[in-house]
Amino acid sequence: MHHRTEARQHKPAKPLSTNTLEAGAHRHDARPDTLAKRVLSQFLKNKLAVFGAVILLLVISAAILAPFIAPHDPSKINLLQRLAAPSLEFPLGTDIYGRDIFSRILYGAQISLLVGFASMAGAVMIGTIVGALAGYYGGKTDAFLMRVVDVLVSFPNIFLLITIISIFRPGVDKLIFVFALFSWMTTARLVRGEFLSLKKREYVLAAKTVGMSDWRIIFSEMLPNAIGPIIVTATLGVGHIIIAESALSFLGLGVQPPTPSWGNMLHDAQGYSVMRTAWWVPFFPGLMIFVTVLCFNFVGDGLRDAFDPNMK
Amino acid sequence: MTMAVADPIVDVRRLKKYFPIRTGLWQRTTGYVKAVNGISFTVRKGETLGLVGESGCGKSTAGRTMIRLYKPTEGQIIYKGKDIAHLPESELRTSVRREIQMIFQDPFASLNPRKTLGTILEEPLKVHRQFSTKERQERVVHLLEKVGLKRESIHHYPHEFSGGQRQRVGIARALVLNPSFIIADEPVSALDVSVQAQVINLLKDLQEEYELTYLFISHDLGVIRHVADRVGVMYLGQMMELADKKKIYATPLHPYTQSLMSAIPRVGRHKQRERIILRGEVPSPSDPPQGCVFHTRCPQAFADCKHVRPQLKAYQPGHYVACHLYH
Repeated sequence: MHHRTEARQHKPAKPLSTNTLEAGAHRHDARPDTLAKRVLSQFLKNKLAVFGAVILLLVISAAILAPFIAPHDPSKINLLQRLAAPSLEFPLGTDIYGRDIFSRILYGAQISLLVGFASMAGAVMIGTIVGALAGYYGGKTDAFLMRVVDVLVSFPNIFLLITIISIFRPGVDKLIFVFALFSWMTTARLVRGEFLSLKKREYVLAAKTVGMSDWRIIFSEMLPNAIGPIIVTATLGVGHIIIAESALSFLGLGVQPPTPSWGNMLHDAQGYSVMRTAWWVPFFPGLMIFVTVLCFNFVGDGLRDAFDPNMK
Repeated sequence: MTMAVADPIVDVRRLKKYFPIRTGLWQRTTGYVKAVNGISFTVRKGETLGLVGESGCGKSTAGRTMIRLYKPTEGQIIYKGKDIAHLPESELRTSVRREIQMIFQDPFASLNPRKTLGTILEEPLKVHRQFSTKERQERVVHLLEKVGLKRESIHHYPHEFSGGQRQRVGIARALVLNPSFIIADEPVSALDVSVQAQVINLLKDLQEEYELTYLFISHDLGVIRHVADRVGVMYLGQMMELADKKKIYATPLHPYTQSLMSAIPRVGRHKQRERIILRGEVPSPSDPPQGCVFHTRCPQAFADCKHVRPQLKAYQPGHYVACHLYH
C-alpha cells in the first residue's frame, strides 16, 4: 500500500488532465444508448409481446376509426333482422334487436378502451404520488399511507363497485372515476418500494447536498428511475379494468344502453334461447375481451422482462 | 499539503447521531443505533483531516451528519462561526448546501443513470440560480477538463464511463458550486488500486488549486497516510485518538490505534510491528458497552475501563487520546 502511494512524490505538471491515463477511453463514435432504446430492443426479442402489441394496435386503431369502418349505425334497431347469422351484410351477425354486432364491437372498443386507459391513468397518478410520498418521507407518513392502502385493498372490489355505482347513477365518467379510485393501490405499493431503495442511492443524496428541493428530487431524480415498473403495472392494469368494466356492464351496472360496450353486449346476450340459437351474439364480444386482455398481459410481461436489467 | 494554520473551518462539538429502531404497526421507536455517540473535533482551514475506522464505526454517519444529510440527535456543528446542526433545510440552502460538498463512495451509484454528465454537473448551478445558461455550460466544460475528461463527455450518460472516470465526474460535481469544504466519503474505496492513486492525486492537486479543506473518510490506513495532515481514529461511534499524521503513525497511543497500525504490512527494511490481534467482535452500536467502548476487546483494559468512559483529552500538544492509560 505504501509502496504505491509513496511512489508519487513529484507533482505532475499542470494542466491536471495530463495525469489521466484513462481519460477519453469512452466511446465517442457510438450514439448514447438510452434506456428507452435498450428496452425497445429487448422487447422486440419477445415474440409473444410483439404479437400482443400488434393486435392491440389493430384493436386501438379499429376503435379510433370506428366511424369509418363500421358498416352500420351501432344503435340502429332493425327488428326484421333479429339474430341474423353472420353474412356479408352483417359480418358478425346481429343481436336480439337486429343491431349489427361488428359495428357495435367497434364502438364498444372505444368505450372499453377509454375506460381502461383513463382509469389506469388516474390510478397511476394517484398511486405514484402516494407511493412516492410514502417511500420518500418514510416514518409516520409512510405508516399512515400504507395503512390506508391496506384498508382499501381489503375491500372486496366488485361489491364496493356495485355499491358505489348504484348510489351514483352509472355512466362512463363515474365508472372511470370509481375504477381510478380503487385501482391505485398496487401502483402505490410498487412505487413506494422503488422509492425506498432509490432514496438510499448516492445520487439522491448528492442531489440533497447541492440543495435540491424535495419536490425536484422526487420528480426529476427518482421518478424517471422508477418509470419501468410503473409502465408494467399500468399495462397489466388496463387489462384488469377492461375485465372489471365488462363484469359490471354484464351485471347491468356499468355502461348503460344504448351505448355499446363489450360488457353490456354480453349482458344483452343473456338468456338461454339467445345463446342456443345465436352463438355469435355472446361469442364475438367475449372473444374481444379475451383477446384484448390477453394481449395487454403479453405486452405487460414483455415490458417487465425488457425493463429487468438482469435479463440480458 | 502544507500544515495549515490553526484556523477552524468546522468545529464539531459532542455530536451525536442516533437512528431510531422502529417496529410495529405504527412504527414505534423501540431503541436506537448509536452511530455517532458524542464526538468532538476541529477541521482546520486548508487541511485534510483523515477519519479512519472499521466499517460500522460511524465515520460515514459523522460525515453525512456534518453535511446535514442527517439531522443530528445532539451537539453542535460550528461552520464558519455559526451552528448549523439544527438549521432548517431552507436556511441550509443559502449557505451550507453551496459551500460544503460531498464526494461519494460508489461511482456506479452516485450518478443518476438517466442524466447526461452535462445535466448532472449543471444542475447544482441551476438549483442555486447561478450564472446564465452559457456561463453554466462553460463552467461545466471547464470542470470536466479540470478533472481529466473530454468536453464531449457532457452529452454522454454515466454508464458509458469507467469507475475511475465516473468518480472524476463525482469530484467535478462536488466542485461546481465552488465550495470551501469537501467531505470525501471513501472516495477511492470502490476503485482499482491503479486508479485510486490517480484519483487521490487529482484530489490533492485540486485542493492546492482551489484552497479546499477536506474531511477524508476511509478505512484504508495506507490511503489516509498519503492524503491526510491529521488523522482521527473512530471506534463504535467515538473518537479514540486524534493527532498529526506523523505522530499517530509513529507513536500511536490508544491500544485500538496500536492494533490498527500493527496490521499495516511493511515493505523493505522497516521492521514489521508485532501484530496485535483483537479478540471478539465489535459490539452492537445499539447497545454499546458501559465505560470505555473498547474495553471488551482491549488487551490492556483494567477495572476503571468498565465503568468510566474516558474523554478525548490532549496527552501532548495536538495529540488527543481517549484512554485511561494516559490520563
